Amino acid sequence: MELDNLIQQFQQKDKAAFATLYDMYAKNICGVINVILNDPERAQELCHDVFIKIWEKSDQYDASKGRFFTWILNIARNTAIDELRSKTHKNQKKNLPVDSLVGIYENSEDLNDKIDTIGLQSLLKGLKDKCILLIDMLYFKGYTQKEAAKELKTPIGTIKTRIRSCISEIRKNMA
Amino acid sequence: MSMEVEKYIASGILELYVAGALTPEQNLEVQHYALQYPEIQKEIEGIEASILKLTESTSPKMQGNGFRKISAELDDIIPFTPLESRRKTSWGNYVGWAASILLAVGLFWLYSENRNLQSEVEISNQEKLDLEETLSTTKDAIARKDFILEQLRNQNVSVIALGGQAVSPTSYAKVYWNKEQNSVIIDAQGLPEPPSGYTYQVWSLTLDPLTPTSIGLLDNLSDEGDKLFALENSNASEAFGITLEPEGGSESPTLEQLYALGTVGR
Repeated sequence: MELDNLIQQFQQKDKAAFATLYDMYAKNICGVINVILNDPERAQELCHDVFIKIWEKSDQYDASKGRFFTWILNIARNTAIDELRSKTHKNQKKNLPVDSLVGIYENSEDLNDKIDTIGLQSLLKGLKDKCILLIDMLYFKGYTQKEAAKELKTPIGTIKTRIRSCISEIRKNMA
Repeated sequence: MSMEVEKYIASGILELYVAGALTPEQNLEVQHYALQYPEIQKEIEGIEASILKLTESTSPKMQGNGFRKISAELDDIIPFTPLESRRKTSWGNYVGWAASILLAVGLFWLYSENRNLQSEVEISNQEKLDLEETLSTTKDAIARKDFILEQLRNQNVSVIALGGQAVSPTSYAKVYWNKEQNSVIIDAQGLPEPPSGYTYQVWSLTLDPLTPTSIGLLDNLSDEGDKLFALENSNASEAFGITLEPEGGSESPTLEQLYALGTVGR
């Protein structure tokens, strides 16, 4: 309920409310962008741009369409993917590297000074590669259920049950 | 927790909901259930918490002044709108009110137009129904007449003329009897209208000994425009008689009320 009030105030262009939301979600938004771009410096710049966009679009958020976090996650993903496309001149989502989370996870030793790799490693501990790949597609790349099923040549129902068990493992690792 | 709620949670749809990977319809569905079942709402928050943890762990090390920079930029975006518009407020107010009133009048007009159209549509629909009913009644009547005409023209049909009897000498009737099909058509044109509470009953008679068998009533004689009645008759009739009987008919004919009688020609 508290979050609802905060969001309401933010939608009425209350800057203090927006500051609180920034504190709550900045790391997450920057993290998502970082996974997509695999470039911590550029990710920070884009992260800034994304929050400006969130402020400008505040009246477009509609709670009936989903969680507030899901809404800003979507803005972040789209912004980062646009950036990647403009760089690589590729227009298909499928042309994006879909294994970037896997890559960050595997190379996390080298990235230790740039990101919180201990946290990432403990969260993804024991997860199979296909789990990490699916998490990457659905949460970091913004694939829809249908698109993920098509990309992985998997029935749409399997995507659902698989993501359920993958996220359950992360939640176990959190406990 | 109910089985359905448990099953819904276990399906994985909530994970996809948090990811934003569902269709708008599915989003609405999840929202609906989340409002109804606190367990579902709690599960959504749990899933979101794990994704927050995960995305946080992939974040680059943040500079401390992130929001200050954003805030400074927001200040650049916002200010000039309020100053300009404040001066024009009162004028703007009048225009606003006028527009609202116009809109309200317009809406009311549209509303009443709509009401009128609706009632016109209703009347038209009723007229259509009436016409359909008339058409269907007419079709039935034509089919009936076709049937009767076919019966009359059938070569197997014998025509028996029934003459008026003591109680009503001017009465008459005709029986068209199709022995093949065991059917008779009674033409009751020549019978007077029965008093209320009474009806004509048609009898098949064998003469030696005299044995009457009822073959039907001529109910609602006054309503039947053509006064033609189709009845069944599988008897080896030698004569037909029509008596006036109390409504619903009688077991045996009331001979004092015999209106018409005629024998089958050999």
